[in-house]
Amino acid sequence: MDDENNIKEDLDFWATNSEESGWNISSTDEGSQKMLEEEDEKQIKIQTGSDVVDDYVYNEESTDDERMIVNMGPQHPSTHGVLRLQVELEGEVVRRVKPVIGYLHTGMEKTGEELAYFQGPTNTTRMDYLSPLFNELVFSLTTEKLLDIEVPERAKAIRILMTELNRISSHLVALATGGMDIGALSMMIFGFRERELILNFFEKTTGLRMNHNYIRPGGVAADLPDNWQKDVKEILKVIPEKLKDYDEMLLDNPIWQGRLKNVGILTTEECLAYGITGPSLRASGFSWDLRKTQPYSGIENYEFEVPLLSDSDVFSRWRIKVLEIFESLKIVEQVMNTIPKGAYRIQDKKVTPPPRKRLDESMEALIHHFKIYTEGFKVPPGEAYVAVESPRGELGCYIVSDGSSKPYRMHVRGPSFCNLQALPVIMADSPIADAVAAIASLDPVIGDVDR
Amino acid sequence: MSYETINVDINQYYETVENFKKEGYEMMVDLTAVDWYRKREPRFQVVVNLLSVSKNLRVILNVSVPDESLKIPSICEIYPGANFFEREVFDMFGIEFENHPELTRILMPDDWTGNPLRKDYGSGRIPVQFKNAPKVD
Amino acid sequence: MFSPDNIFTTTIDKAVRWSRTQSMWPVTFGLACCAIEMMAAGSAKYDLARYGMEVFRASPRQADLMIVAGRVSQKMAPVLRQVYDQMAEPKWVIAMGACSSTGGMFNNYALVQGVDHIVPVDIYVPGCPPGPQSLMHGILTLHDKIMEGEINR
Repeated sequence: MDDENNIKEDLDFWATNSEESGWNISSTDEGSQKMLEEEDEKQIKIQTGSDVVDDYVYNEESTDDERMIVNMGPQHPSTHGVLRLQVELEGEVVRRVKPVIGYLHTGMEKTGEELAYFQGPTNTTRMDYLSPLFNELVFSLTTEKLLDIEVPERAKAIRILMTELNRISSHLVALATGGMDIGALSMMIFGFRERELILNFFEKTTGLRMNHNYIRPGGVAADLPDNWQKDVKEILKVIPEKLKDYDEMLLDNPIWQGRLKNVGILTTEECLAYGITGPSLRASGFSWDLRKTQPYSGIENYEFEVPLLSDSDVFSRWRIKVLEIFESLKIVEQVMNTIPKGAYRIQDKKVTPPPRKRLDESMEALIHHFKIYTEGFKVPPGEAYVAVESPRGELGCYIVSDGSSKPYRMHVRGPSFCNLQALPVIMADSPIADAVAAIASLDPVIGDVDR
Repeated sequence: MSYETINVDINQYYETVENFKKEGYEMMVDLTAVDWYRKREPRFQVVVNLLSVSKNLRVILNVSVPDESLKIPSICEIYPGANFFEREVFDMFGIEFENHPELTRILMPDDWTGNPLRKDYGSGRIPVQFKNAPKVD
Repeated sequence: MFSPDNIFTTTIDKAVRWSRTQSMWPVTFGLACCAIEMMAAGSAKYDLARYGMEVFRASPRQADLMIVAGRVSQKMAPVLRQVYDQMAEPKWVIAMGACSSTGGMFNNYALVQGVDHIVPVDIYVPGCPPGPQSLMHGILTLHDKIMEGEINR
């Protein structure tokens, strides 16, 4: 008897399917993150939203024998990055889901308190790594609000040009990986091929393909290169033609429609209750886009529309991304035609460093250069919050300053962190094959979730 | 982009948030905390950011958490989207939210001790060893 | 390989090493920004399929190469070790990017300062993120090292 017990103990230590204490015990399991076998009513109410009527969560009785908790682990080809989902399945139908995050936590808010204000964009740009220019833009806008300075017109136009191109490249990655998850493998090749054109332009202007440290407090780091209009004209010509290819392949395809229509419904009340913004909110019929309602950096001078659909399923979220690419191309064309001449960063000597050749001529320039690059410019005490419309929703940055050259507290409100709370609502009572489509449509970027 | 900043006392915190929701602030955008270590009393301050999409207005509420207990009521029943935000503040600062459905660590591993974003928690920086320099332990 | 070195075993050795380099399948271990560059290396402009590597296997039992692309946090480290242990011999590891080689620009409490604290690494590819061309240079260097017999598995 003793031997039997010992062997059982040894087996339990290594087993991945141990019947005694739940179905997903392994050496990487974290105890309190485990899904509870019984969830009391309060938890179900919170999970589905207290004021929100959700018909999809069941009420019928079924025995517990048929339910199984399965782990879609952090290393998985279809969760977008390191997201762990604990899914309670009854047959093929998902009953409850619990996302576990934190596998990419980098301590960026702590690092932000140790870097000076002009080094801040190198840190925040790696949070949402598919749209790095938006993170730099929101950090710079918040710093400029604290400093109470105004950026020249040419710098504002360059910022809009770069960020709208970044919106196009981020939506292309979302379409590519979403298509690959659902099975249309050639979407991956198409999406990344178009993205290479835009990354080429970014490399010419900023020096890097991704994680450019380009938009800084006070303007941008360098002016646009010569003949940049030629590259932008090529982008404007090629991308609409290729988008027609996607439509030919997918729009009227019965398999695509069958897999995506009426799947993963997220109504407007649910979106507002959970704080979800971006394409998911606009696909449910509610028109809220920060570029129109609370414009930033001179975007109110350009004409564009905000696409709006009202089906609130995965198909409309995908369709909105394609329509938004067309609108961003319109903005890029207008910027290209009407960009003003002038300085690309503010001429205030306390904030921007002088150009290199003046360092040989003037003592004052040398001192300014030294002070800015070793200690950093000082920002008056106060707090500020600015939000922009990133491809995933509302991206905001909250900085508290105490008068020194480093932020006292820097917090970035990532849209994916908030959007992930909708996962239990979307995935409830639908087959597990739809779960992959639903996650792909919410478009989470785990760097933004974990920071 | 302008917003109003309001300082709220902790005893009226829950009713104030309920009143804002009734007045039409449908979305809670952000919930975070600031650690005023040795600069202000009391030490922790929770910041709540509300947005009204129908009126296009924002408001920011600043609440000070009492030093002895470090507890503050949770607003998950008013805004279900506050769930992850409050868990993150609990993980990073150690402030407890009463009546939260599941208050556990979210970003750090479960058996981690300490609250990383407090000012008296070091950044954990490992000094870099250079090749011909005297060795640093 | 404990047999004496004669003409037969060295030729078979070379043939075995050559065949190992010609279709190494990576396991999907993309964590952060470097994962996007890894996907771009596998797509149309910089093609990894010409080396036989466009198939990223999801299951570690079917893969021989693990490209650790991205920053490894404290919570992810045991998962990384478990996936590495589940791969079958022979296996190789490439640490792609600054964050997995040495911790990168994040020298703080939350990241493992270099993935070689956890798994043995063969090639380090620097860059933040390294472009697809740098990654392919790293892969080809790994192929050369295997062909010359420096890495014996």
